[in-house]
Amino acid sequence: MDEKLSKKLRILADAAKYDASCSSSGAPKRKSDPDGLGSTVGTGICHAYTPDGRCVSLLKILLTNYCLFDCAYCVNRRSSNVKRAKFSVDEVVTLTVEFYKRNYIEGLFLSSGIIRSPDYTMEQMILVAKKLRRDHGFRGYIHLKTIPEASPWLIEEAGLWADRLSINLELPTEKSLEQLAPEKDGASIETAMAQMSERIEEAREERRHFSPAGQTTQMIVGADETTDADVLRKSATLYGHYAMKRVYYSAFSPIPDSSAILPLKSPPLMRENRLYQADWLLRYYGFDVDEIASSAEKGMLDLDVDPKLAWALKNRHRFPVDVNRAEREMLLRVPGLGARAVDKIVVARKHTTLRLEDVARLTSGLKRAKPFLITADHHPKARLDKLDLRERLIEKPEQLSLFV
Amino acid sequence: MTLHRITLKTGADLHGFRKAVRWLIAEELAPQHVMFAVDDAPGLFGDETVAIAPPVAIPKGVSRLIEQVVCHSDPERYALLYSLVWRVQNGERELLEVASDPLVHRIDLMARSVRRDLHKMHAFVRFRRMGGHELERFAAWFEPEHFILEAAAPFFVDRFRSMDWTILTPIGSARWDRHELAFGPPRRREDAPDEDSFEEGWRGYYESIFNPARVNPTAMRAEMPKKYWRNMPETAAIPGLIQTAAQRVERMIEQEATMPAKRTPERAIEAMWDQEPKTLEELNAIIAKAGPLVPGATQAVFGEGPHHAEIVFVGEQPGDQEDLQGRPFVGPAGKLLTQAMREAGIEREQVYLTNAVKHFKFEQRGHRRIHAKPTTGEVKHYRPWLMKELELVRPKLIVALGATAVLALSGKATPITRSRGRATFGPYQGYITVHPSYLLRLPDEATKREAYEAFLGDLRRIHDLAQADLETGELRLAAE
Repeated sequence: MDEKLSKKLRILADAAKYDASCSSSGAPKRKSDPDGLGSTVGTGICHAYTPDGRCVSLLKILLTNYCLFDCAYCVNRRSSNVKRAKFSVDEVVTLTVEFYKRNYIEGLFLSSGIIRSPDYTMEQMILVAKKLRRDHGFRGYIHLKTIPEASPWLIEEAGLWADRLSINLELPTEKSLEQLAPEKDGASIETAMAQMSERIEEAREERRHFSPAGQTTQMIVGADETTDADVLRKSATLYGHYAMKRVYYSAFSPIPDSSAILPLKSPPLMRENRLYQADWLLRYYGFDVDEIASSAEKGMLDLDVDPKLAWALKNRHRFPVDVNRAEREMLLRVPGLGARAVDKIVVARKHTTLRLEDVARLTSGLKRAKPFLITADHHPKARLDKLDLRERLIEKPEQLSLFV
Repeated sequence: MTLHRITLKTGADLHGFRKAVRWLIAEELAPQHVMFAVDDAPGLFGDETVAIAPPVAIPKGVSRLIEQVVCHSDPERYALLYSLVWRVQNGERELLEVASDPLVHRIDLMARSVRRDLHKMHAFVRFRRMGGHELERFAAWFEPEHFILEAAAPFFVDRFRSMDWTILTPIGSARWDRHELAFGPPRRREDAPDEDSFEEGWRGYYESIFNPARVNPTAMRAEMPKKYWRNMPETAAIPGLIQTAAQRVERMIEQEATMPAKRTPERAIEAMWDQEPKTLEELNAIIAKAGPLVPGATQAVFGEGPHHAEIVFVGEQPGDQEDLQGRPFVGPAGKLLTQAMREAGIEREQVYLTNAVKHFKFEQRGHRRIHAKPTTGEVKHYRPWLMKELELVRPKLIVALGATAVLALSGKATPITRSRGRATFGPYQGYITVHPSYLLRLPDEATKREAYEAFLGDLRRIHDLAQADLETGELRLAAE
């Protein structure tokens, strides 16, 4: 691979890494043509993991990190002194195809800084996708970042070539957007999200290709003052109004040459993790935002225990729950029991009466579940009301590298 | 009772196991009387001769589980699977539903381990281009944990069908020559190429996409266990990345914010917002460049007429003739429209004619290109262009010809029969009537004439409406 291209790749991958999403899931299953290249497998594949524990599934790059916008949280804002580079359309196509042939990646996740105009930038990104699909018969995964400031017809075009579209809201409130991202506007972001969601839904009904893996978005956590409860409320709205496949949370992380107006500290990774857990409770466990918010202190999730446990500790009167009798909905609310474990319990108990050791084979979270659960041979009795229950269930934090 | 020794071949001997199970079940031999051994040279130690026995009807879930678990590297796998089959055949038909049962649990863990190894093989195989071949050929060396080569290969066929590739492993090899998949003997690491010209670039990507502020090697190792590392070129970067992470973050935090080295590009920023097309020519150039958003079409067919016409007629989509000539309303329906306009006193040259969808969507049947109705979603793909087009023409009145035009103009589907007549489309005064092609499709002359008269009536009202001063709302209409 040519040296110049290698250098650009380093710059434009470095510039893309603050986007949390790398998922290649949700596309309909495809196989390659006799002359073409690529397939999709539904759940997606992670081809490697970096030492931050993150999955490398797609070639996640920017077309360019030159940008006319000046979003304070962003490493690529125009006032930053980072190194800049720009790929040509053909360079991105070559990298994608050659990396794909070596089985490094599932496909491409292309985003870009805004150059010349939002329309021009978006057109270049669409051109990459079009060339991959048309000139190379590429059937792998393509995720395109949509630029909400671009003309609406470009969204119509992008969805025909991409498997997934996304617009990052980045900041959950209009006020924060105004302060930290002067060129962005919450209303036009949501207009574009609505347009995509409507078109995705129509195409699904008509069995046509338009961003079949849906749309996603991302919010940065810790760059502004928004509370967890407000972040989650925003998420609930986004899931409800625009049928988001996922809302990603990205702990605000120190960036090279950062802006003077932002907090410079380690990223709030635990907070990010708790938000993801709460997000899952909203989507798969039948919780609503207010229930989660009510067990948060001043709108912030408990960092020591997971949000389901936090809710259970504040709602002890709803427990203990009998694993052999309780409704599925209530089992889902037991700390330490995941949705899959609950499904197995519900099926298994038709044939047998579950004891504690049986439950232990179905979940790895038995320690957390035990005080809230009745089995054939176990009843927590008064233990549930003990004041030190929370302390006893706190996961011992892993030794921080700082103290080593 | 004696112990029956069954010997199976090394690897995932599904065939041998299946044959053995049939015989064992037919002979009613309980698991405690059976012993499974794995050997490539059976028959040496006085093994049981397995006779042909009829198939055993076992639940689908169980046979699927067997297919996976025979791939496991644990020598005990066959004995465990036979215990499962025995119990299922002897009164516990729904045993798999009891996920908490110790045997089911153990076999499930084994199946999961096999599936995980398969998934990791799909993920972690790294092809290298082989030298000395004119056509591209690729090869990879991989060390799976279980006997999964044959189960894993179809994935690579589906994905790299046009590539010539070989996967070499210590348990066998697979070769795809663009036509056929063939399995061969075990191979050695040295048989695969030891480099590839894209690996350095890939390693550079891997290093750059890593965020040192989030370093978490435990999470990485959970998903990418060390045993896979030696065959993945990017992992050479891992120790260095972990070692320097803390230092890199510290430097970022300590460094004070710098002043921008370049001045603010005021003019470029202002120009960036000036991206909207300002003329129909500019808009049409954008449409032409985008290409069709529906299947079919040789070219885009743009609107036609004076740029600030008082009336805009919106049809459905260009037809066969329009597509060939590149002009709207020149086919049979267009001719009928032109004739009706003339009779109603509307000059075709004075109005602007366009379509909701700018490309001819068709299905090829033999030599004929058959018109295909655009779906709701397809009509909406074209809607932003239509809206911009109308904004540039700024007509007094918009005429929707047929249901597709109504959908495009209003954003929702409305039947013509109920909405025919005056309408509003966003900020515009509108009028809804049928599409002239509807008149052509009517079967008998009498209905055709009747419908044509009604259409003429609509056009006359449209003519009058356009004459009236719509802006002040004062309508001087002869017909009303």
